[in-house]
Amino acid sequence: MIPIGSPAQLGKPSAPQRGDFRPRGRGRAAKNALATATFGAAVVVLAVPLALVLWSVIGRGAHVALERFPAFFTQEIPIVSRRAGPGMGPAILGTLLVTGGATLISVPLGILGAVYLNEYGGASRFARLVRFMAMVMTGVPSIVMGLFVYMVWTIRFGFSALGGALALACLMLPVVIGSTEQMLKLVPDTLREAAYALGATKSRVILTVVLRAALPGTVSGSLLAVARAAGETAPLLFAVGASSSYNADFLQGANTALPMQIFGNATSVFVGAQDRAWGAALTLVLLAFLVTLAARLFTARFATPESN
Amino acid sequence: MAILDARPQRADDGFRWLVIGSAAVVLLLLGLIAIVMTAGAVPVFREMGFTFFVSRRWSVAGDVYGALPFMWGTLYTSVIALAISVPVSLGVALFITQVAPPWLKRPLVYLVDLLAVVPSVVFGLWGILMIAPYLGRSFLTTGLILAMMITPIITSLSREVIETTPASEEEAAYALGATRWEMICGSIWPHSKGGLVGAVMLGLGRAMGETIAAALTIGSAIGQITLDPLKPGNSMPAVIANQWGEAYDLQKSALVALAVVLFAITVLVNLIATAIVQRSMTRTRGQ
Amino acid sequence: MTPGDEPEEGTTKHTLPRRPRVSAATASAAPGADPASVAFDLDKLEVHYGAFRAVREVTLQIRDREITAFIGPSGCGKTTVLRCLNRMNDLIASARVTGKVSYHGIDLYGANVSVTEVRQRIGMVFQKPNPFPTSVYDNVAYGPRINGVRGRAKLDALVERSLRSAALWDEVKGRLSQSALGLSGGQQQRLCIARALAVEPEVVLMDEPCSSLDPIATARIEDLMRELKRTYTIVIVTHNMQQAARVSDCTAFFTAEADPETGNRTGLLVEFDATAKIFESPSDARTENYISGRFG
Repeated sequence: MIPIGSPAQLGKPSAPQRGDFRPRGRGRAAKNALATATFGAAVVVLAVPLALVLWSVIGRGAHVALERFPAFFTQEIPIVSRRAGPGMGPAILGTLLVTGGATLISVPLGILGAVYLNEYGGASRFARLVRFMAMVMTGVPSIVMGLFVYMVWTIRFGFSALGGALALACLMLPVVIGSTEQMLKLVPDTLREAAYALGATKSRVILTVVLRAALPGTVSGSLLAVARAAGETAPLLFAVGASSSYNADFLQGANTALPMQIFGNATSVFVGAQDRAWGAALTLVLLAFLVTLAARLFTARFATPESN
Repeated sequence: MAILDARPQRADDGFRWLVIGSAAVVLLLLGLIAIVMTAGAVPVFREMGFTFFVSRRWSVAGDVYGALPFMWGTLYTSVIALAISVPVSLGVALFITQVAPPWLKRPLVYLVDLLAVVPSVVFGLWGILMIAPYLGRSFLTTGLILAMMITPIITSLSREVIETTPASEEEAAYALGATRWEMICGSIWPHSKGGLVGAVMLGLGRAMGETIAAALTIGSAIGQITLDPLKPGNSMPAVIANQWGEAYDLQKSALVALAVVLFAITVLVNLIATAIVQRSMTRTRGQ
Repeated sequence: MTPGDEPEEGTTKHTLPRRPRVSAATASAAPGADPASVAFDLDKLEVHYGAFRAVREVTLQIRDREITAFIGPSGCGKTTVLRCLNRMNDLIASARVTGKVSYHGIDLYGANVSVTEVRQRIGMVFQKPNPFPTSVYDNVAYGPRINGVRGRAKLDALVERSLRSAALWDEVKGRLSQSALGLSGGQQQRLCIARALAVEPEVVLMDEPCSSLDPIATARIEDLMRELKRTYTIVIVTHNMQQAARVSDCTAFFTAEADPETGNRTGLLVEFDATAKIFESPSDARTENYISGRFG
């Protein structure tokens, strides 16, 4: 009986079947290469339009934005739109007022709401309902918000920066709630326990330990919501009105904002107005970029270090 | 030891009510929106009945309104946008997760995010001044612009979904001698199918609700229902944005009715999409 | 009941054994422990999580300014009982505590008792060090600050005193404003002890304080415990029998047995006595088996 595995049974050691290690089957390598190339092409297809847009914005916008600097940022908007030349000051102020106001309204409200969801509500029916509705609210088209604010606010109180701020706040609120709740969830329970064991009340624990630990992520999430809100046009269309002169009054009077100016001037036949639209677009894009960058830097610098 | 100190307790209770109230604001707002919108839409429904949804006519003078062309425009432009965006988004997501060397991953993610930061009105501006001269104000131009706007969303979400594929399954494919493409087909695709569908649907929801870019580039035609992508058309959010300023009475109600329809459709699409994505992510993580 | 008596039929009642320094004359007098030096009196304490009974009828008395150890295998309710002593189980929604927990004669779960006050006077150190992600100083000052202590000078003094009591001052005095997360594991745990001491409690509860530390750090904390018991009552839950034998004055041995009613494993107190007695000549066979390593 020849034991299994002895050379006599296995015969000669088998020779390698092929001289190299290329993939078997024709075309498999080719298919793989094609796929990889397609993916790379997709990246190019994504990058090219982005580059084109930025090229136009910077190219056409810089011209009027830098003309007689800082005229673009401080002068009023030419009432006669045929006139060429800079002037978007009121729109910049308007954007700051409206976005700032929206932030002041929605961020504290959103943080408190998220605190309820994560620290008090948990899985209760009410909390589940609120969470669900907040998610639904993130999907509401901005034009619906605009119409809503018109029918509820503008009809009664007229155009104002406040109306625009309210409209944007409606858009921002569910986003702030969602991102803040995620941050609160990341705070480990052991920190809460430590604070309770020292005799702190629940509100104390939340305010001094939990929110503090979740702060970087919360700020970053809120900044991203701000960047998005700054670029929204539809909610403002029916709330803010149209003004070409400065209006620092937050509560009263028509105002304007960068997105609205872009929208209005985009359809103008006059090159001067179009140029101002590009300039406003440049300003808006820079603003959005800066805020987003701030958000990223915040996360990077102040992220809670891992404990041993 | 029995210290009855009511002060901290009262402050604590006060805080509790504060946060409950803040959470309730969400419900309040959403309820208000639903009520106000529906109330505003009632007049036109009373006047037109069900024909509102199937009529092509939109005449301010004759006070006859039909939503069909706008629903068509919303649908058509969204489909064009998806047709362009989905292959690109998936390709980019696969490139970032499978092909790109580690040092390239982060910059590529930033590139995609950059696209997301650009406000929609700027895309609209570029579309109307740079693209429309060649392709006209049409379904195609709008679809193109929408595609640029929804690509970052679909890409980011697809990336997350793809990354939940268990490494062990990827390794199993490679260990059998599969090429990267074959591994993608055999391991990643079956796992990510559902989640990717959800990601695409979220992009769809966004495309349907986009107002400003569409308002600028779609052409504001009335009654246009056609498959010719180069023809101008209209969409629900675009017509609301363009006509509201000068609308009266029944026309206003018609526009509100369009908003209600849009609201209902986008919320539905978003809900289904979120449910699909969540289910697929938890399912694969559990394995 | 004097030591050596058989337990009464139906209940296992454990009282503290007499200490050797009690004179022979009083030894034959009134039985039971000297009430003035009893810190905690647990009477038929039970804890349910929903329908699940986690720990069954615990009756024991913990003496003032001693180290009492709870030992036993996992899942037998030691930590659950410990957390009843400072009402940390209140934080778990489904937890239900029955029976009586008295501290110096006062029912901790009584109607007029403020839970934050309870936790301030009965402090706790946890298994894994959990310093706040702030500076060393802010960690220790947290407790005093929420109790209304203001003024830099007062806080500085309190922080230094607490860090000294925790044998950590010399190591951190030069880095008080730096992050607590930069300390080693053993240092972080001593920081947590300092943090607990800063609110000037009377009791320090420790839930397996050394289980995530290396032997050297463990030894330092055990030395610290011997120091601390001069001022504080200490109750420690530990998986490490040798540790209990080294540091504690009295030891309670818990185990888990199937509940006749539900079939779930419920924790119960088996034996409670002077540490020397538990480890050298335990009364119960289950204790004997655990001590000699036959199970657990």
